[in-house]
Amino acid sequence: MSAPTLDRSATGSPDEATLQEQFDATIAADRRIEPRDWMPEGYRKTLVRQVAQHAHSEIIGMQPEGDWLLAAPSLRRKAVLLAKVQDEAGHGLYLYSAAETLGADRADLTDKLIEGRQKYSSIFNYPTPAYADVGVIGWLVDGAAICNQVPLCRSSYGPYARAMIRVCKEESFHQRQGYELLMTMMRGTDEQRAMVQDAVDRWWWPSLMMFGPPDDESPNTAQSMAWGIKRHTNDELRQRFVDMTVPQAQALGVTLPDPDLAWDADSGHWRFGAIDWEEFRRVLAGDGPKNAERIARRRAARDDNAWVVEAATAYARKHERGAA
Amino acid sequence: MHEETVYDALTNAHGEAGHWAFGTGFDDPLAGVDTTVPDGIDPADLGAYCLMLGDDALVLAQRLTQWITRAPELEEEVAIGNIALDLLGQARLLLARAGSVGVLGRSREQATATIPDEDALAYFRDVDEFRSTALVAAPDADFAQAVVRLVAASTVRLAVFTRLRSSRDPVLAAIAAKGVHELAYHRDHAARWVLRLGDGTEESHRRARSAVEAVWPLLADLFTATDVEERLAAAGVAVDPAAVRDEVRDVLTQVLERATLPVPAWPAGAPPRGRLGEHGPELAELLGILQGLARQHPAATW
Repeated sequence: MSAPTLDRSATGSPDEATLQEQFDATIAADRRIEPRDWMPEGYRKTLVRQVAQHAHSEIIGMQPEGDWLLAAPSLRRKAVLLAKVQDEAGHGLYLYSAAETLGADRADLTDKLIEGRQKYSSIFNYPTPAYADVGVIGWLVDGAAICNQVPLCRSSYGPYARAMIRVCKEESFHQRQGYELLMTMMRGTDEQRAMVQDAVDRWWWPSLMMFGPPDDESPNTAQSMAWGIKRHTNDELRQRFVDMTVPQAQALGVTLPDPDLAWDADSGHWRFGAIDWEEFRRVLAGDGPKNAERIARRRAARDDNAWVVEAATAYARKHERGAA
Repeated sequence: MHEETVYDALTNAHGEAGHWAFGTGFDDPLAGVDTTVPDGIDPADLGAYCLMLGDDALVLAQRLTQWITRAPELEEEVAIGNIALDLLGQARLLLARAGSVGVLGRSREQATATIPDEDALAYFRDVDEFRSTALVAAPDADFAQAVVRLVAASTVRLAVFTRLRSSRDPVLAAIAAKGVHELAYHRDHAARWVLRLGDGTEESHRRARSAVEAVWPLLADLFTATDVEERLAAAGVAVDPAAVRDEVRDVLTQVLERATLPVPAWPAGAPPRGRLGEHGPELAELLGILQGLARQHPAATW
């Protein structure tokens, strides 16, 4: 876990004030901080936490939909879903790589995830009992993720910003595929339409929670915005998502489960009802329907296959020596 | 990508210009392909042969997919996903080819007319109508079994597909020409893992050795031709599996030797039970999961 190019012992260094000035100037000019640049310890730590949490979310996020891979109801849907879940593994990979440019280590981050010392998006702790859930995750969950992530394509940290560009392209693709599945199901049988509505009822509020607590309860937002690693507040992004999604729900022919949802002509926004933040905190704290199962599977993938990783390492070492 | 462009793509996501992942479009996989059966070829035989090759691919794709979210490394999640997607693509083409020559078995008794042939065949055939071999149906107890089975299955399939490129059926020939590139990668990927496990640690060597012992007996029936294969091979359409046996044995022997693994005696030839629709309980179980949802909603469109 060493990162020799990062100056992390800067305390008392005569250059620190200058370095901080250069860093501040880079941020002020909206230019990118790169791995070899000096950065304040708080910036580095916050970014590692943010990027790792994002990477973990991609990897844990493979599970709820992955549960339908074996039972997808047509070969084409199976191929679409498999390609999507594979993309998520790819996103996890390049996000862990971005975290590694900050001196973190993938295996260590994975351990932290499994031990509950780092979080992932609490949305993935909800179950996927119906195939319509695959479509609704694509539409709402990937839709919300895109709203969250598009601004991060302009993150002040170069490797993260560049990773996000690719992630966002693929996410928007997944969002379309999800929406298209729902469109198809809505044209199908009554039973299918009921499945879609039921899935929307279950996923709508958790999707709104994906943007995080309201601004007045989000203490780190100001610092993260000053550092350019967050571009909009939670409530701004949530509003943007709702405004974008309501017309899509209308086009689809489903009802969003919020009696208070209403168009506000004065502000030009859709107003929505109160979010149950108690549920959010409970699920985030580990008491969601699937928290234990998600982590248990990740742990099993690590532990049951540890012998494979050891073998690959031993083989590489042997053959490296043999070649020398 | 600029922020506004991404939002734009998102809000206009449902227009005509949508892009789709390769192989996941709406079209019938054989759309635009001339599916006329050349003179002198029995369509029933051709369809039955396509089911053999298609079912192997479908069942192996399903087995590999079981590893997704459970693989040893994220890189391996991606690789296994790739291989399963390739095989799924081959299965779709081959099942569609069988359907195009009218070989649908009893599937149409249950599948509604809106269900495409590939799905009627995959989801609405009973287990005794499947033509896959025991090699692809066997569950894998650990990652060693997964890669040993994969190296064996892809070696056989690559040898067959290489020859099928000159099949008198132009559709089969085209499927094979595309498939050989994929299969060469599958074989290479699996072989590299067999080397790492065989020549890795004591534990991985022991597990790889057990995997070889579990997989080798499943090779017994792979090289015995059915009547269908014999007739089609004589007509220049199919490959007689007996013709690839020596090549397969040489390749697999070489892999095991390089992996420092003992090479078991080559199993004696056995009747091609799987090709004739005789399967163990593991295939019925696999199909139960694969077909369950589609069969619950036979009138649905997905």
